[in-house]
Amino acid sequence: MEKRITGIKGTIMPRTQAWDEEEARAIIAAHGKGEGPMLPVLHALQAAFGFISEEAMRLVAAALNVSRAEVHGVVSFYHDFRTQPGGESCLKICRAEACQAMGGEALAAGLLQKLGVDWGGTTADGRLTVEAVYCLGLCACAPAAMRGDEVVGRLDAANLAELAA
Amino acid sequence: MTKLFISRDAASLAVGADRLAKAAQAAGAIVVRTGSRGMVWLEPLVELQTPEGRVGFGPCTVSDIPGILAEDFCAHPKYLGLVEDIPFFKRQQRLTFARCGVIDPLDLDDYRTHDGFKGLERARSLGPAAVCAEVKASGLRGRGGAGFPAGIKWETVRTAAADQKYIVCNADEGDSGTFADRMIMEGDPFCLIEGMAIAGFAVGASRGYIYLRSEYPHAIATMNAAIGIAEEAGLLAGFKLEVRVGAGAYVCGEETALLDSLEGKRGQVRAKPPIPALQGLFGRPTVVNNTITLATIPWILANGAASYADFGMGRSRGTMPVQLAGNVLRGGLFETAFGITLGELVNDIGGGTATGRPVRAVQAGGPLGAYLPVSQFDILYDYEAFTARDALVGHGGLVVFDDSVDMARMARFAMAFCAHESCGKCTPCRIGSTRGVEVLDKILAGQDSARHLALIADLCDTLKFGSLCALGGFTPYPVISAIKHFPEDFGTIVKVAAE
Repeated sequence: MEKRITGIKGTIMPRTQAWDEEEARAIIAAHGKGEGPMLPVLHALQAAFGFISEEAMRLVAAALNVSRAEVHGVVSFYHDFRTQPGGESCLKICRAEACQAMGGEALAAGLLQKLGVDWGGTTADGRLTVEAVYCLGLCACAPAAMRGDEVVGRLDAANLAELAA
Repeated sequence: MTKLFISRDAASLAVGADRLAKAAQAAGAIVVRTGSRGMVWLEPLVELQTPEGRVGFGPCTVSDIPGILAEDFCAHPKYLGLVEDIPFFKRQQRLTFARCGVIDPLDLDDYRTHDGFKGLERARSLGPAAVCAEVKASGLRGRGGAGFPAGIKWETVRTAAADQKYIVCNADEGDSGTFADRMIMEGDPFCLIEGMAIAGFAVGASRGYIYLRSEYPHAIATMNAAIGIAEEAGLLAGFKLEVRVGAGAYVCGEETALLDSLEGKRGQVRAKPPIPALQGLFGRPTVVNNTITLATIPWILANGAASYADFGMGRSRGTMPVQLAGNVLRGGLFETAFGITLGELVNDIGGGTATGRPVRAVQAGGPLGAYLPVSQFDILYDYEAFTARDALVGHGGLVVFDDSVDMARMARFAMAFCAHESCGKCTPCRIGSTRGVEVLDKILAGQDSARHLALIADLCDTLKFGSLCALGGFTPYPVISAIKHFPEDFGTIVKVAAE
């Protein structure tokens, strides 16, 4: 059912679909109606294709009647938007103060070392991208992380490894 | 049949609440999914309906379920007694969070039974001008951090002439150590909707937006569902409400950056004036209020301004949902009238650190707030008292650190965070934060710390007075307070050599 695409370095991303201009136009039309629709449109495109490509930005610019530079400016401003494919799924580990106070930094460093990636990096098998996030609002059960929509608090080496598996 | 209440708040899910709910259902219990009571250290908390009220068990694992459903549940090792008699809960004045953790967040009847929509009804009977006067009289100030009187903002928007006005809820809760917005949206979303509908009625705005951060997928889902239910029930009467999802930019919690982001632009800060109340979203008069500010409105309208103003001290009226976070034994949300001391909050309510080591520092008010040492624990929780000591109440977060913390590293983090999140519009914040990281790195490396500390003081002065918004303007608070209260951490050559 899921379409697969091969991204950089042959990474497989089964959760998103291959670039499809017709599909992209339909997404832009569906999300481009309200007031100030740029962010909803970009979120929807990224959800569908995994990242926001040059072609996507071109279509958005034309549909919303703004310059490509303007779209590029918005995409590059926000930490959420990516212009290159990431891994199959994304693990966001909180690096903010409350998680630091509970040893989150050392825990994260251990996982990154085990996976052989740095912050923002994708594992060699293309399965997982690990990103820093600054607060998940789980500060009373720190340290915390989120994979997709799955949240885990009171992280230790064991449940963090489980979440990353 | 046995009825259990298990929270579906993200913090509860993060520690396994879904597994418990499934196990309880499989064991034949009726399970109502609620928001969280805010006693996060007891999560996952299971509440059992008894003739005397709800009794709690926590923190639970799946193996605790059979014992909870047994005849002699009182003998269960996780038995906590009546939930509302737990000291952490009993000591609170829960006004804004009165329903949170009690009701099913998406059950409109449950909401109505627990005083829902009484505020909106009374607002409609009073009329717009009287509602603004009521909010003004309550003394409610912006709970996002700035503490600006909400009633004055509303009155400004009400009296502005325009073809379109907006209510914007700032739910871009980016401060580490805060989760009150998330909790109310996941636990009592109709309360926020009611508050926004009252605001729309009071100022003559027919559209509302909730700018909700992307890091909160559960809150987004709950708010969207609640808006759908409210619309279908015809409760919003011409007020169109929409959730807009942020994209991971901390600075969009600043109201003018938020407005630019809502308009579909880079989230850059605008120079003020013009103020958003007169020229806000798409240049129209706009009320921009924090989630908690708006979620407090229904209580104020339902119970009267005077009842709300009875709580608190000085110019800080009402209650604040204080969020105890980080390295704290009893972490969670504690709604209390202003005027309690920091020491009571951290030690008596929070129970000190989770690690059992001595408390060394508390960062109050998020990443832009000051680090306070134990010697400052007599400070009263009050906007003016905090300002007088160069500290911030902010959005009500308190992040506790034990004695293993290196305050020079925390000061460096504050600068690095500012550099990471700066919108780039003004030079002090954009360049100054990066220079700050470089200078603090030299201090951490033990290079000529006296000279570099003087440089940091000078740089902080520039950031404080030269930045366009609170990101650059307040980053000096954590940096300077760390240096002032914990000078021993700022790399004398002797200390670095000893390491």
